[in-house]
Amino acid sequence: MASLKDIKRKVGAVQKTKQITRAMNMVAASKFKSAQLKMENFRPYAGKFMDVLNSLALRVEKMSHPLLAVRDPKKIRVICMTSDRGLCGGFNTNLIKTTEKFIREKDKEGKEIALINVGRKGRDYFRKKVNVIAQKTDVLSKFDMTLAVSIADEVIPAFMKEEYDELYLIYNQFVNVSVQKPTVVRLFPLPSIGSPDTDVEPDKRLDYVYEPSDEILLHKLLPMYVHVLVFRALLETSAGENGARMAAMDNATSNCEELISSLTLKMNKARQAAITAELMDIVGGTEALAKG
Amino acid sequence: MAEEITLEVVTPEKMVFSGKVDEVTLPGTEGEFGVLRGHEPFLTSVDIGELYFLTGGKKYYYAVNTGYAEVTGSKVTVLIETAERADAIDKDRAIKAKETATASLAQLNKEHEDYEKMRLALVRAINRISVADKLTQG
Repeated sequence: MASLKDIKRKVGAVQKTKQITRAMNMVAASKFKSAQLKMENFRPYAGKFMDVLNSLALRVEKMSHPLLAVRDPKKIRVICMTSDRGLCGGFNTNLIKTTEKFIREKDKEGKEIALINVGRKGRDYFRKKVNVIAQKTDVLSKFDMTLAVSIADEVIPAFMKEEYDELYLIYNQFVNVSVQKPTVVRLFPLPSIGSPDTDVEPDKRLDYVYEPSDEILLHKLLPMYVHVLVFRALLETSAGENGARMAAMDNATSNCEELISSLTLKMNKARQAAITAELMDIVGGTEALAKG
Repeated sequence: MAEEITLEVVTPEKMVFSGKVDEVTLPGTEGEFGVLRGHEPFLTSVDIGELYFLTGGKKYYYAVNTGYAEVTGSKVTVLIETAERADAIDKDRAIKAKETATASLAQLNKEHEDYEKMRLALVRAINRISVADKLTQG
C-alpha cells in the first residue's frame, strides 16, 4: 500500500488539475456564450439574404453563372474546418475521421484531391498525409466576415478558372452544446437555389424593380452567398468547439472529484491502519511490561 | 413634417441600426440614391461608400462596404458586409491602411492577382477617411 505521504501528494495534484479544468470550463462557457450571440446576430442577415436570393433566383429564368457550372468532377478540393486548440473532446477527431473517410472514398474513385485547412488541428494532422494547398490557422479565436471573404477568395477564382471541378466543405454542424455533427456540404458547383420547398409564397413576393438588371444582381449575390455559407460554418465551428470544450472540461472536473474522493478514502484507510499499528505496538509493549 | 420610413442596417455581426428616419441616402452601384417613404419597391446592390440618413433634424453618416439594399414603400433593409458609424471610425488606422495600400499598389503589376484586392482596400480606406471627416465638419 502506498504510504500516507504519497497519497496526500497525489490528492494535492488532482486537486490542482481540477482547478485548471474548472477554470477552462468557465472560460469555454463564456466564449461559448459570445459565439452563440454571434450566431444569433448573424441570423437576420442570413435569413434576409436567403429570402432575396430565392426570390431573385425565381425571377431569373435561366441561371448561368460560373459558380453553378457542373463539370465532370475530376479534381476535387475539400475545405476541412477544425478548431485551433485541442482539449475539446472528440470535436476534431470526429471531424478529421469524416474528412479522411471522404478523401479515401474519392481517392478510390480516382479523383485528384487537394485540401484546404482552416484551423490548426486539421493542418497538423493532414500536413504530411495529403496534398494541402492552403491553410488558415490561428484565426478562430477572433474572426469576422473578412475571414469568410478571404477563404472564399481562395476558392472562387480558381473554380471560375476551372482549376478544379468540385468543392466540398467539411465542418462540425452545431446541434447543441454536447452534440456536434460532422457534415459534408458541396459548395461548388452551388446547389440550385430557389428550389420549390424554399419558395416564397407568390402573393408574398414583392415585385421589385431591379437595378442593375436582375441577372447582373444575381451574379453579384452568388459570391456573397458563398461568404454567407462559409461564415455560417465558421460560426458553428466556433460555437461547437467551445461547447465541446465545456462538456469535456465538465467531465474532467467530475472525474477529478471522483478521483479525489476515492483517494481520500484510501488516505483515511492508510491513516487508520497506521494508527491501529501504533496502538497494537503500545498494547503489545504494555503487556510485555506487565508480564515482566 | 415628412412621413418617416423604417431603416434597418444589418451586417453579419450585428444589427447596426434599426429605427425610423426621415430620409436615407445610399451608395448604389448605379449611383447614389435617396429614399423617402412611399418609394417604389426595388432592389439594388450597394457599393463601398457612405450611407447617411436624416432623423430628428440630424444627419448620421456611416461608412459601408459592399452589399445590397431592399426598398419597399415603408421600409429599407440594407444588408452589407460592414458598416461603421462616422464617430466610431478609427481615422488613424484608416490613414495607415491607406498608406500601406498605396505603397503596395505602387509595387504591384496591374495583372497581379493581389492588385484588385489592394485597390479595394485603398478605396475602402479613402472612404472611411472621408466619412470620418464628415463628422468633424458637423
